[in-house]
Amino acid sequence: MTRRRTLVTAAILVGALGLTACGTNRQEEPQAGGGAACDTSKGTLIIGMIAPLSGGLSALGLGMRNSAQLAVDQANQDCTVAGYELAFQPEDDQATPQVAGQAATLLASNPNVVGVIGTLNSSTGQTVQPILNERGIAMISPANTAPALTMGENFATAPERPFDNYFRTSTTDLVQGPFAANYLVQTAGKQRIAVIDDGKTYGANLAEQFAQQATELGAQVVARERVGEKDTDFSGVITAIRGQNPDAVYYGGEYPVAGPLSNQLAGAGLDIPLMGGDGIVNADFVSLGGRPGDLATSIGAPAETLPSAEQFVSDYEAAGFAEGFGAYGALTYDATNALIQALATALADGEYAEDRRADIVAAVQATDMEGASGPVSFDEFGDTTNRVLTVYTVEGADFAPVEGSTGAFEG
Amino acid sequence: MLSTLLSQIVNGLVLGALIGLIALGYTMVYGIIQLINFAHGEIFMIGAYGGLAMFTYLLPTFVQQQWYLALPLLLVAGAAVSVAVAVAMERFAYRPLRGAPRLAPLITALGVSVALQEAVRVFYPGATSALPFPRIFLEGSYIVPIGDGVPIRYTGVLIIVVSLALAVGLQLFVDRSRLGRAMRATAQDRDVARLMGIDPDRVIVLTFVLGGLLAGVAGILYGADLGFINIDIGFQTGIFAFTAAVLGGIGSIRGAIVGGLVIGLVKALGGQYLPGGTAYDYVWIFVVLIVVLVFRPQGFFGETERVRA
Repeated sequence: MTRRRTLVTAAILVGALGLTACGTNRQEEPQAGGGAACDTSKGTLIIGMIAPLSGGLSALGLGMRNSAQLAVDQANQDCTVAGYELAFQPEDDQATPQVAGQAATLLASNPNVVGVIGTLNSSTGQTVQPILNERGIAMISPANTAPALTMGENFATAPERPFDNYFRTSTTDLVQGPFAANYLVQTAGKQRIAVIDDGKTYGANLAEQFAQQATELGAQVVARERVGEKDTDFSGVITAIRGQNPDAVYYGGEYPVAGPLSNQLAGAGLDIPLMGGDGIVNADFVSLGGRPGDLATSIGAPAETLPSAEQFVSDYEAAGFAEGFGAYGALTYDATNALIQALATALADGEYAEDRRADIVAAVQATDMEGASGPVSFDEFGDTTNRVLTVYTVEGADFAPVEGSTGAFEG
Repeated sequence: MLSTLLSQIVNGLVLGALIGLIALGYTMVYGIIQLINFAHGEIFMIGAYGGLAMFTYLLPTFVQQQWYLALPLLLVAGAAVSVAVAVAMERFAYRPLRGAPRLAPLITALGVSVALQEAVRVFYPGATSALPFPRIFLEGSYIVPIGDGVPIRYTGVLIIVVSLALAVGLQLFVDRSRLGRAMRATAQDRDVARLMGIDPDRVIVLTFVLGGLLAGVAGILYGADLGFINIDIGFQTGIFAFTAAVLGGIGSIRGAIVGGLVIGLVKALGGQYLPGGTAYDYVWIFVVLIVVLVFRPQGFFGETERVRA
């Protein structure tokens, strides 16, 4: 009797754990699009992606996955890479560096992986870079913004490119932080700003760049606090800054913290706007407590208003994805297309083999095309040459671009 | 500044009361079967999701809009879900291991914790990311006019009142009622309790029911206070609650509440006044834990552990 009970229990537990495994390590089969008319005699090439497909940031990550999927499907339809069929293999990093490392190792071990799109977080990007570099695989991130990824640890004084296979279509926090400061201090007229970050690669640096520029513009950074990425109760931080009478809060981090933080600010009677970077530009920010009037900067011009993005937006809608393309849709689409273009160029004169990856990286470096987010090309560090940003504000249930705020940051 | 100090004390008391409420579950289960039930934090998390499910899928709109109708219903739903899961957990995961060495149920508890968390992630719609929780209770704060003002969240008052009331009720139940006496007897010596006509299995189930009830209520209060929940809250808060139970003396009801309040206050005041600011507030909790355990290994109210013959 006892033994049978134990067995039943064990079976239930194993079953439950099995479900767990399904939830976290869900393997998506590489999906190949139509393209029956194309010549695919030379085989299949795999474009990988590493992004948070589950967890708190999945709203952004799934938009990235769909946008890259769209680009790959279109390339297969149009026979863009002659002789090859393209397959897309998205891997979930759960916004965690350690999981991202596993995903990168998995992709790097496959000789048919020709390039990887991602990651979303700068912290995961940091982990993935050296793993892909080992195998010479091109990596294009549509969302990493930490300057050190392209300019090394001493980006301010002695920039030096650490990985020549790494590119990004997003502009960096060296531009984004100051751009936000310009708006908040000069346009919105805030003078006493409390700066909070989550201590991660992205958030801490963004907040730092913001604080420097804000101080330079004559505003006062009245408090500098840090919260944990998994914190939920911010009453301690809010009380700490409340004593300093701030007129705005700048938060370096992402929406799972920023939304509740904004809500709890108001709850404590501090009715001041919260501003953040591209990591908070998502409708979930509002449903988690973001208030009308909260501000954010995001990279590029808003896809909905760009003439160049019209085609992307309508194609995306026609494809019928369950999730919206989110803050990084157009940039992901461009990053994927830059990689596909590079494949077409590099493989035009011969067959793919693992040792041709260097040619692909060189072709990405030489990218010069018109993308959904604007012109796409990379400078000597692998950074995008398109340094346009836009200020967004919460209106109703989502962020909307502030009219006339799109612009490039000039020093 | 006085208002800052008072505000941080309020923050600490609210957090501490919530932690204490969850710590009661740890301490009771340990008192009866000497098991550190690491899955108890997940019972708290599941209670919050149970309440949210009730609100989202079952309540008609006019009830949703009346907090005095919605709040009790949510508390009942949260407690019911938590109790059901806690009882199932005891029945299927812990009871079969009753005679096993103490490490076996401990590892099982960790496994149950992961399994419950992932079950919610997989099966609750949208649980892969944080979900907004209805602010059923009066949103906002009362600002006490001292200095720059001391904001007290209405939901914070609710947490303190409910936690203390439930803790006092639990203490009375254990001290005065027949079932409470049976619980104490089972805690002292299960075999002798059986000779006196007590069914230890029933008493243990009762313990899990009480722990689940408190955790479910805590889950709802937590969601209503902060306005959102995610699947990590059980683990996060559970660790603090476990620490509170150890600090107060594991097995002691009074100890769990006092331990919770101490942790809340240390976190709030440490983040404000100690070096490192809010980034290091968790550090001070564990510094206090270590210091207390060095000088008083049994915690504030714990009894020195008896070695059984």
